[in-house]
Amino acid sequence: MFNPTIARITLRALLGRKRAFLLALPAAVLLILTIALKAAHGASPTWPGEMLGRVGFSALLPLTALIVGTSVLGSEIDDSSILHLLATPVPRESVIATKAFIATVVTVLFAAVPEFVAGIIAAGSVGKLAVGLGLGAVVASTVYSAVFVLISTVSKHPVTYALAYVAIWEDLVTNLVTGAKYLSAEQYALGVANSIAKNDALDAHLTATTALILAVIASGAALAFAANRLRSFRLTGDA
Amino acid sequence: MSTDVTAAASTVQLTNTTRWYGNVVAVNDITMTLGPGVTGLLGPNGAGKSTLLHMISGFLEPSRGTVTIGGTAPWRNPGIFRTVGLVPERDSVYAFLTAREFVVASAKLHRLPDPKAAAERALEMVELIDAADRTIDTYSKGMRQRAKVAAALVHDPQVLLLDEPFNGMDPRQRLHMMDLLRGLGRAGRVILFSSHILEEVERLADTVQVVVAGRLAASGDYRTIRRLMTNRPHVFVVRTTNDRALAQALIGSPAVQGVTLTGAGLEVHAGDHGTFTRQLARASRDAGVGLREVIPADESLESVFAYLVGA
Repeated sequence: MFNPTIARITLRALLGRKRAFLLALPAAVLLILTIALKAAHGASPTWPGEMLGRVGFSALLPLTALIVGTSVLGSEIDDSSILHLLATPVPRESVIATKAFIATVVTVLFAAVPEFVAGIIAAGSVGKLAVGLGLGAVVASTVYSAVFVLISTVSKHPVTYALAYVAIWEDLVTNLVTGAKYLSAEQYALGVANSIAKNDALDAHLTATTALILAVIASGAALAFAANRLRSFRLTGDA
Repeated sequence: MSTDVTAAASTVQLTNTTRWYGNVVAVNDITMTLGPGVTGLLGPNGAGKSTLLHMISGFLEPSRGTVTIGGTAPWRNPGIFRTVGLVPERDSVYAFLTAREFVVASAKLHRLPDPKAAAERALEMVELIDAADRTIDTYSKGMRQRAKVAAALVHDPQVLLLDEPFNGMDPRQRLHMMDLLRGLGRAGRVILFSSHILEEVERLADTVQVVVAGRLAASGDYRTIRRLMTNRPHVFVVRTTNDRALAQALIGSPAVQGVTLTGAGLEVHAGDHGTFTRQLARASRDAGVGLREVIPADESLESVFAYLVGA
């Protein structure tokens, strides 16, 4: 499944060209905010959960995952350089799995690790809060990456659709419609985080087990659909 | 015996292949068989050449009809790239890689037993060894083209498809690429390249498929097509001191099929290019008419194509 050649090219495309700075920016904002709040409120029990749950899981994470997830495949589809991968017998599942894996790893690096570090800063120690936030963020990174890779195979404008998905579905619908929590990367993350951190300020609606099972199903389905879409990759444009 | 088998395994067959986008028909009911040797896909821009190549390489499904390579349909079948190499027209490559890295990556994606050696061989074939360790973004368009060809050749494919391969190449690179493709064709590979330049096709292709407005306008040996092209009626616009007098003189000539008096001068339909141009000077002198201007009205490639469609 995993193809090291594709992984290497994808990583170089992703982390070359100053993009690494862009990726580090949201993480830096989160850490600065955490340090500022820590200085202002000290060890108050509510702000870390609210701040790292809300800002971390519903802003930093989807934003980072969006930039990464739409870049690993979307930009190559956009300029047709993907053809050099696709004009080989490499199984399309393998292209998708590798791209999603790289997207997940990079998102974990630039979003989940900062969440974990922010958790340490907020609690003052490597405790349940940091571990819960970190693991929750890993779950969200995985699901978001799969979804954004899928969006890249479906639309020619993946960034627009990915933004719409995060803003409308994750940030709006899941907060208004109760059933929507079963299909929300953010809720999966909060479910896992809360079950470890036991922090009421983490606004979780799912148990860890449900969240994990649903996360696996959602990511798997997204990736399978993406591979199927990539198999039908069409070259159109000038006749 | 074994060459027959490989030839059959790599035959490209299009049967009533049609492709439309909404209301626009890009490729219209084309049937052709491509065997070993170099085939030129000739046609003006927008004729449907790229659409054909995309269908043959499995990056587009025919709306109607079939495309097969060695009996297998390429659509949704990446396995065909074990026998097929594709050089796309778009210039997008992983420009941050060196040509060597790019071609080695291609070899690894093909799971070749010795990717490095295969890459060296391919880079040598396109004469890119000297520049192979420079990143592709420092390359000229012709060099990028060669890097793409090397990547497509790395697994020594039976079928090589090239979309406008000579674009952006200087004359020396063009000659070299032609030699390379000719050699591969002689070695029994099925080579198909598209071009809108008659001269390129004439110099390289053993067989020519002329596509105009989505249809196969002519097909076969390039000499036959060349003859079709030179024997077509030629239209000239002639401006003289006395159009009517020259018209009278010309209509008697067997090389002239028709004369029309227009505001811009005489429009002459000549059956034979050479005879007419020789006779024109004599006819005007004999009629005592001064020639001001003789303009061949249909020398553009488009009019040659248009004629072939009508033929």
